[in-house]
Amino acid sequence: MSVDTATVKKVASLARIAISDADAERLAPELNNILGWIEQLGEVDTANVEPTTAVIPNSLRLREDVVTEPDQRAAVLANAPQGEHGFFTVPKVVE
Amino acid sequence: MSSITDLGIAQLRDGVREGTFSATEVATAFNDAVAKAKPLNAFIVETPEHALAAAKAADDARAAGETLKPLAGVPIGMKDLFATKGVQTTAASHILEGFTPPYESTVSQRLWDAGAGMLGKLNLDQFAMGSSNETSYFGNVISPWRRNDGGNAPLAPGGSSGGSSSAVAARIAPGATGTDTGGSIRQPAAFVGISGIKPTYGRCSRWGVVAFASSLDQAGPMARDVRDCAIMLEHMAGFDPKDATSLDLAVPKWEAGLSSDLKGKRIGIPKEYRVAGMPEEIEALWQQGIAWMKDAGAEIVDVSLPHTKYALPAYYIIAPAEASSNLARYDGVRYGQRELPEGANLQDMYAATRAAGFGEEVKRRILIGTYVLSAGFYDAYYTQAQKVRTLIAQDFENAWTVCDLLLTPTAPSAAFTLGEKSADPLAMYLNDVFTVPSSLAGLPAMSVPGGLDKSGLPLGLQIIGKPLDEQGVLNASLAIEERAGFTARPEAWW
Repeated sequence: MSVDTATVKKVASLARIAISDADAERLAPELNNILGWIEQLGEVDTANVEPTTAVIPNSLRLREDVVTEPDQRAAVLANAPQGEHGFFTVPKVVE
Repeated sequence: MSSITDLGIAQLRDGVREGTFSATEVATAFNDAVAKAKPLNAFIVETPEHALAAAKAADDARAAGETLKPLAGVPIGMKDLFATKGVQTTAASHILEGFTPPYESTVSQRLWDAGAGMLGKLNLDQFAMGSSNETSYFGNVISPWRRNDGGNAPLAPGGSSGGSSSAVAARIAPGATGTDTGGSIRQPAAFVGISGIKPTYGRCSRWGVVAFASSLDQAGPMARDVRDCAIMLEHMAGFDPKDATSLDLAVPKWEAGLSSDLKGKRIGIPKEYRVAGMPEEIEALWQQGIAWMKDAGAEIVDVSLPHTKYALPAYYIIAPAEASSNLARYDGVRYGQRELPEGANLQDMYAATRAAGFGEEVKRRILIGTYVLSAGFYDAYYTQAQKVRTLIAQDFENAWTVCDLLLTPTAPSAAFTLGEKSADPLAMYLNDVFTVPSSLAGLPAMSVPGGLDKSGLPLGLQIIGKPLDEQGVLNASLAIEERAGFTARPEAWW
């Protein structure tokens, strides 16, 4: 499997990272080098092996469905690059 | 008496308790040492007032005849991956520059509750991605060590907890927090001649720790010796309902349980932990470690972990996959930096923000993670890696039928110079070859200094234990520490 610059740009767009054509040219061989190396995993026979989902056996707990920390609006918004009227603001998405 | 900054955590704690010196004297001595050590670039933010406030609380408590808290009088460094209320937390990234958490991570809160003070936020590889501390937005951390060849080539302090390793080795902090995803506590500890333990996955809460790869990330202490690590770990570990993977178990009294008598213990030597091109000195140190284990009363057993060679490639699928998902939250909306080019729509803003806010290594790993999780490749890469992970964990389970602990080198090389490996990401990844397998299996593992190589640089030995057997890991490490008699330290040039 070889990654070309078009694939790098597609993956970058899926990852929401803007990249230039020059970046894509530079990254393609780097990613190919790494992906080529990790492809050795294909050698391992895993026909009857379950994938690991939890490293240490530990059942996930559910907490009570109750509000534990009310009125955190100011704290939540404190680091927003831009906020107005108690909300996060972003560029207009609906004309 | 030697200088206060020459003392470790246990000595500082005991000295403050006994009134040999005040907590304020301790905090002041370390604050001054931190202020003088700027050339190491170990700290992103210094917080002398935090250390002094904790010291004052300790001194006041002592004056009032109260029982002192367990870490009263001990100032520490906090890796800048832990959210600290009111103190900038960046994960060494530009995208989080200026982020001031309105909350405290569970691990840091536990340390403050135990009476510790904070000297500052320690530099690291950006989002903990790196093995050399060359990926921080705030510049490289420099190891306090230098080769004995008369050259002054700056050396890597290891990574990702390189600010932590550099600060502890330079005696500007008696102990520091680290986090370990694939070896980020153990490899830097080995590079600078200090001790560090990654406990069993789930021992320390990940709540408030900036996430890299959630199924691997685990916090742990880095300090000058095994006892200091045991003390710190006791006050970092513990159940936290805010982290669903936190283990609901009591925290053992690890310090009280320390014993270097290994009679009845079987130490496994995995034959696969010999890699091509590994310096002879590391092999020799490993043999010396085996002799020390025997001397401590342990029986040595040869074991095989047949899937070891697949651990690194599996790790470099799983960790980037989880990172690509975890780092999706940095989009310029809720916190951190925002890039809003003229006329940009929402998608453009995300893409521009992430392009400007993430460093090269972070972008590289997000792209790999996005690729291996993408439609058409998910099973071939991600599912296969998770299956190989199962086999790696089974290798360890099989080993535990014949031995109690494993002894290996910590890293396949001593510290390298800054820049030596940074042009080749793959060469850098290979430095984690001995630490990654136990991370994939969630096992406790520790690095202790064993000796120096011919250029005068520290080399570490690693002890890996069964799940929840931190005591066994600490004890075997203590046996090495007592026999290695490692007292070398870098000469102050900063």
